[in-house]
Amino acid sequence: MIEESYDTKTFVFGWNEEVRPGQFVMVWVPGLDEIPMSVSGINARTKSITVKAIGEATRKIHELGVGDRIRIRGPYGNGFDLSRGEMLVVGGGVGTAAVIPAIVQSGADAIIAARTKDDVIMDDLARRYSKDLRIATDDGSMGFHGNAVQLMKEMAAEKRYDCVLACGPEVMLYFTYKACQDLGIGCQLSMERYMKCGAGICGCCVMDDMRVCKDGPVFDERQIPLLTEFWKSKRDPCGRIVSLR
Amino acid sequence: MVSLIAKVGALSFDKPGMVASGIMDETGQSMVRMLGCGAGAVVSKSVGMKPNEGHANPCFTETEGGMVNAMGLPNPGIELFEEEMKVAVPHGKIIGSIYGSGPEEFGALAGKMEDYGACAVELNLSCPHAKGYGMEVGTDPRMVRDIVSAVKSAVDIPVWAKLTPNSHILADIGMAVQEAGGDAVVAVNTLKAMVISPEFARPVLSNRFGGLSGKVLKPVGVRAVYDLRTVLDIPIVGVGGISTWRDAAEYIMAGASAFQVGSAVLTEGPCVFECINEGLEAFMHDYGYGSVSAMEGAAHERGGRSNRECDRGVLRHQDVRVRME
Repeated sequence: MIEESYDTKTFVFGWNEEVRPGQFVMVWVPGLDEIPMSVSGINARTKSITVKAIGEATRKIHELGVGDRIRIRGPYGNGFDLSRGEMLVVGGGVGTAAVIPAIVQSGADAIIAARTKDDVIMDDLARRYSKDLRIATDDGSMGFHGNAVQLMKEMAAEKRYDCVLACGPEVMLYFTYKACQDLGIGCQLSMERYMKCGAGICGCCVMDDMRVCKDGPVFDERQIPLLTEFWKSKRDPCGRIVSLR
Repeated sequence: MVSLIAKVGALSFDKPGMVASGIMDETGQSMVRMLGCGAGAVVSKSVGMKPNEGHANPCFTETEGGMVNAMGLPNPGIELFEEEMKVAVPHGKIIGSIYGSGPEEFGALAGKMEDYGACAVELNLSCPHAKGYGMEVGTDPRMVRDIVSAVKSAVDIPVWAKLTPNSHILADIGMAVQEAGGDAVVAVNTLKAMVISPEFARPVLSNRFGGLSGKVLKPVGVRAVYDLRTVLDIPIVGVGGISTWRDAAEYIMAGASAFQVGSAVLTEGPCVFECINEGLEAFMHDYGYGSVSAMEGAAHERGGRSNRECDRGVLRHQDVRVRME
């Protein structure tokens, strides 16, 4: 167990399953909601999840200690394609956890963005692998003063990238996509929607006709224009449309 | 020339496979996508009178050869479902699945589905994990008769009843559907099942039990269709564990006029329909079945093929295996 920040912890567990960067697992602790979590660390015999305490289930997971049990099923989803030339990896907030394995395996340039220096997570780990890691904070308390997309545009002006990989709040992903369009470069964005089965059967996590759990969670620049619900609306557990803006 | 057209009573489908209820069919666009994947029709998510979140997670888990779910009938309610139907109906045949607590609700829901453009309604008399609905109303032949009668008088489109395998009186329930004027039965829904975590010493699903689907369910479903065929005159739509053309052929030979695919959309992907269609067409060509209806019920003694033909079939099958090895 690793304390990443005042509200975020990484839990390492023994698990031999093969996992690709960007894939996720369904995590269950008895008596609580089962939730999708990105795999934030991939070793042969161990994997990890990084949990920000925001709801009932995540707060209870934070109470777990070494030796306590959780149930994992998966891995699910497609994951990132790490063969897309010169890449820039962007993590926003706790979404950083989902892109850490991509940084570790590719060594690519990276941005970790957060509201304040206290919210920056996993930067020590990322620095060991990334060729060029930069930090952005909204209040300027650490690294670049501004958001992830502003820093991304600066870095893209310095160097030529072929593809941006990102995970974070949907608004950040939306403007990352817009910036990539303007720059004429590819992007792969890891999306999030309410999930039940996680395995591609119930259809409750769809964006348009794409299942975030199975066709995603990573969508690229060819698919994103077809996702009309991106940064517009999501579905609640009943399947009703809820506006995002 | 082999035709894959499937007739279920008055309805005709270009392809014999449909997407089973509960699979990629909660939203209009998901249904459109599945219609584009070689499915002859899509059966909608089961829709009730009011929005329903379904059971809390975990509501799904894989198991050996299949999966167990207790979604708990999540749906946006019949009023909002109009929007989803508007998107899907122009693209192909949508069968509206509905669930209610009794004849009145079923009648009202069916009327709405007809208004929305459904080509038939499928009555969910078989969900094993929703209190007061599904198999709780679908295992009493008298209740089934009342519900089917009520829906028949409420709509003009065909009325299908989806039955549960969790009953020792399946034939009686099928007869109740037929006697009440039902146009077809759909067999089978999932088998009531449970998965326990030994480490946590408790059931995994929040609802404790759920419904077993996937490959493991196939022989159960094939037997149910076979038995129903011996007592019913109305068409049967086979469903339960179909993922290959062989599975589909088994159901058709047991007596199904068409079939539905559910869990295999997960294991094989949405393209499962195209694979089944291709395989079925090749099999029908090789074994001289010109149409789905010519194959329907072929495994029954009265409709079965001569021993000589069967022997030849077995030999040819073995030939293929030998070549493959």
